[in-house]
Amino acid sequence: MSSTVGVRISVNGEVREHEVEPRLLLVHYLRDRLGLTGTHVGCDTTNCGACTVHLNGEAVKSCTVFAVQADGAEVTTIEGMADGAELHPLQEAFWKNHGLQCGYCTPGMIMAAADLLQRNPDPSESEVRHGLEGNLCRCTGYQNIVRAVMEAAHSPQRTTVGPPPPEKPEAREEVGKGVGA
Amino acid sequence: MSTVEAGPTGNGYVGQAIRRKEDPPLITGKGRYTDDIVLPGQLWAAIIRSPEAHARIVSIDKSAAEARDDVRIVLTGEDMTDLQAPLPMAWVPPGVEIKTPEHWPLARGKVCHVGDAVAVVVADDKYAAVDAAEDVIVEYDPLPAVVDVEEAMKDGSPLVHEQFGTNITHEWGLGSEDVEEALAAADVVVERRVVNHRTAGAAIEPRAVAADYRAGQLTLYTATQIPHLVRLQLAGCLGIAEEHFRVVAPDVGGGFGSKLNVYGEECLMAYLSRRLETPVRWTATRSEDMQAAVHGRDQVDYARMGMKRDGTIVALHAKLIADLGAYQQLLTPFIPSFGAFVMSGCYKIPSVRTDIVGVFTNKFPTDAIRGAGRPEATHLIEVMVDQAAAELGLDPVEVRRKNFIPKEDFPADVAPGVTYDSGDYHGSLDRLLGTLDYEGFRAEQARAREEGRYLGIGFSTYMEICGLAPSRAVGPSGVGIQAGFWESAVVRVHPSGGATVWTGTSPHGQGHDTGFAQIVADRIGSTPEQVEVIHGDTDRGPFGMGTYGSRSLAVGGESVARAALKVADKAKKIAAHLLEAAPDDIELRDGRYQVKGSPDKGLTLADISLAAYVPENIPDGMEPGLDETNFYDPENFVFPFGAHAAIVEVDAETGKVDLKRYVCVDDCGPAINPMLIDGQVHGGIVHGVAQAMYEQVVYDDTGQLVTGTFVDYALPTAAEMPTFETDRTETPSPVNSMGVKGVGEAGTIAASPTIVNAVTDALRPLGVNHIDMPVTPLRVWQAIEAAQGRGSGPRASEQGVPEGGAQ
Repeated sequence: MSSTVGVRISVNGEVREHEVEPRLLLVHYLRDRLGLTGTHVGCDTTNCGACTVHLNGEAVKSCTVFAVQADGAEVTTIEGMADGAELHPLQEAFWKNHGLQCGYCTPGMIMAAADLLQRNPDPSESEVRHGLEGNLCRCTGYQNIVRAVMEAAHSPQRTTVGPPPPEKPEAREEVGKGVGA
Repeated sequence: MSTVEAGPTGNGYVGQAIRRKEDPPLITGKGRYTDDIVLPGQLWAAIIRSPEAHARIVSIDKSAAEARDDVRIVLTGEDMTDLQAPLPMAWVPPGVEIKTPEHWPLARGKVCHVGDAVAVVVADDKYAAVDAAEDVIVEYDPLPAVVDVEEAMKDGSPLVHEQFGTNITHEWGLGSEDVEEALAAADVVVERRVVNHRTAGAAIEPRAVAADYRAGQLTLYTATQIPHLVRLQLAGCLGIAEEHFRVVAPDVGGGFGSKLNVYGEECLMAYLSRRLETPVRWTATRSEDMQAAVHGRDQVDYARMGMKRDGTIVALHAKLIADLGAYQQLLTPFIPSFGAFVMSGCYKIPSVRTDIVGVFTNKFPTDAIRGAGRPEATHLIEVMVDQAAAELGLDPVEVRRKNFIPKEDFPADVAPGVTYDSGDYHGSLDRLLGTLDYEGFRAEQARAREEGRYLGIGFSTYMEICGLAPSRAVGPSGVGIQAGFWESAVVRVHPSGGATVWTGTSPHGQGHDTGFAQIVADRIGSTPEQVEVIHGDTDRGPFGMGTYGSRSLAVGGESVARAALKVADKAKKIAAHLLEAAPDDIELRDGRYQVKGSPDKGLTLADISLAAYVPENIPDGMEPGLDETNFYDPENFVFPFGAHAAIVEVDAETGKVDLKRYVCVDDCGPAINPMLIDGQVHGGIVHGVAQAMYEQVVYDDTGQLVTGTFVDYALPTAAEMPTFETDRTETPSPVNSMGVKGVGEAGTIAASPTIVNAVTDALRPLGVNHIDMPVTPLRVWQAIEAAQGRGSGPRASEQGVPEGGAQ
């Protein structure tokens, strides 16, 4: 049996502490330990982006991040995007523009789009298409996803990507040192 | 988005682009896919798969895996001989024998493709299962593998299944007996070998199964398009009565045919859960999904098209050599035959014949991937029409017009047993040309060529057969599929006036919850918000056939509409009784059951349902309740059609194809929800464009799968795709009450020849008159080199060139 290390991660504004195997992927930590099953696994090879979450405010593919690498960090998942009953402008725009069909790629697509709009608040259609290159959708042909992101970019109620950032948790171990412990 | 006339009785929700009811959980991370479902006491399975394409299993050493503390069981095929039946294959065409080897969830004695399941380990968690799987030692004695379908047909080829003495599984034909005479009488015969290469369904959700057997009851959660058929078939394999067996398809993350099957892993998880008396689950890695979910296409087609010099098509013979892979999955051998029913395309051709040969190779089986035989047939006829036009020096649009089945000929008997229900092929092409500025493009193309730039335009005027299906036509004594193809629906109005609808279809992204709610709301006088649609659970609604073949609306939606009308009919009788009017004088208007001419006298559905469930005052002899069931078996298929065009620019130096514009006009009859139609068209087009430009499942000469992940299998991203210009015409089908047809596969069926014709059009000045998919830069460059007499590499149509395409 593998040894475990402690992690302390702020997930959607709530500090969570667990003992984990060093090899545990962040996506499996979120899904299997925290029950946050909105983050999906589609390819295992960092191609499809269904597992995209925000790590310290930036989009990462959580199938290629170990949970221990998130020790001391803030993670935002799709479950943390809405403000109570009020949808995030991207969620609203995906709904309104039929930007999803089976919905499996959607959480990752929304998280990637949120990151894109943070970096480029007024993207052209081409910039949206290239900005979402890391996320695959088999259902929509991307057309309504692009439309949704363009609309969200110009949404009047658009504010920030996620809920207000919480206090950064103190790392239980020194960040990054947990691997191989 | 356009709206169309409201449904026959209601509030006019039909025709509106209503936001989807299914979306709120999916956009907030609250969806419930199979892998999300947690079962108490669940164990995880990992499957040991063959790294060999063809080999005898010499030995399997389970001891190290079994010795691990966290392992519950390790099984091989030989440990599961108490299964009652092998995995099913459901096509038994009258008069044709199809060679069908026994196919078990775990191989017995030998493996026939890379990824063939050999053993399974069940452990306490998913990481432990993968660790333990590495401790299972399998010794193989490799056998020669056969990968190329035409090599597999030759005498002396390695045999995938020695007991048959051949790799040819069956031969099957459809059409005119006089096609050779008709070809001999033609002015010109255009011949081509067209390769339609192997592709993957590649739903973003990999297949997943969780089985929960307790106290004699089995529940199987599975990412499937056909929960009822999975239950029926696996009940036979496992020896479990259907009434003790529940199959649930929760949220399903895309299917595209890859989940239209009965898979070994479904049987295996159920078997393991029963044996261990605790839940057992498995979720495919992407690599497993690429190795062991059905592939699509994979035909080598030989076509001969006889023409008069004026462009009239007089005869067509198509010989389809279908690479079926190593086993027969649910409908593996049938798929090319489905294409035979549309081999004539939109054209009136006096003599058409399709001959099909099915062939085993050491690859995973092919089966129904989006379009299922029809994209292959459509690709062939549409490429042939373009190339025949070019050989005759005629315009491809004019050749199409000249040969279209005219509008006044519908319903048109086209192939034996196939009557196209409706069509206006000139109408959709004219509308397309209206958007396109074809003459302007030709002028621009000529200017560009002078500058050394190569622009091309490609057309595809397609029709398809969908709405599976009239059971008598497709069932055991018809085409020979061992099933009926009707659909079921229940519409239940609750005492408080809301309604729940059950459908036997099983969506995985199509939007049935919304579209069917619109249909029902109009018919019973409710709103889509008050109509909940339930599907994908064998314990919650009547038996149904599932979602595939663009059948859900034309068959399942019609069944829902008919059940709703039965509810409305009863509601009218109760309203008439309560309002002291004749039933014929009650009309449903603006959501109220009113006396004609006296709008002040009316009742809501809630008023009526309360009266139905507290039946103090309903007509004498009437049963209480407001709850109706329908089983609908259609009289005919439905036949959508349309016209697509693409404009490309090809860089003759690098071979790179740039898709600049894509315009289409589709006709799937009156729209229930035009937003959903557009979504299906967009996704369908990309699926076809992707096959034409990027995607290819590649096995190397030894049968190794080269494209085992999304690193190697080139799904297109948003960056490669243009914004599609979509439009519609609405020609109602006479087959069902709503006039609706299907649209889920239309874009895929139309798109691949559109692209290939455009690329060929661009390259003709360079001497290229044919190119096979995918039109990757390497293949295009090779085609140009070969046409210019400089070719040294493989020819443009050679199959299996391992090349990436996208990005």
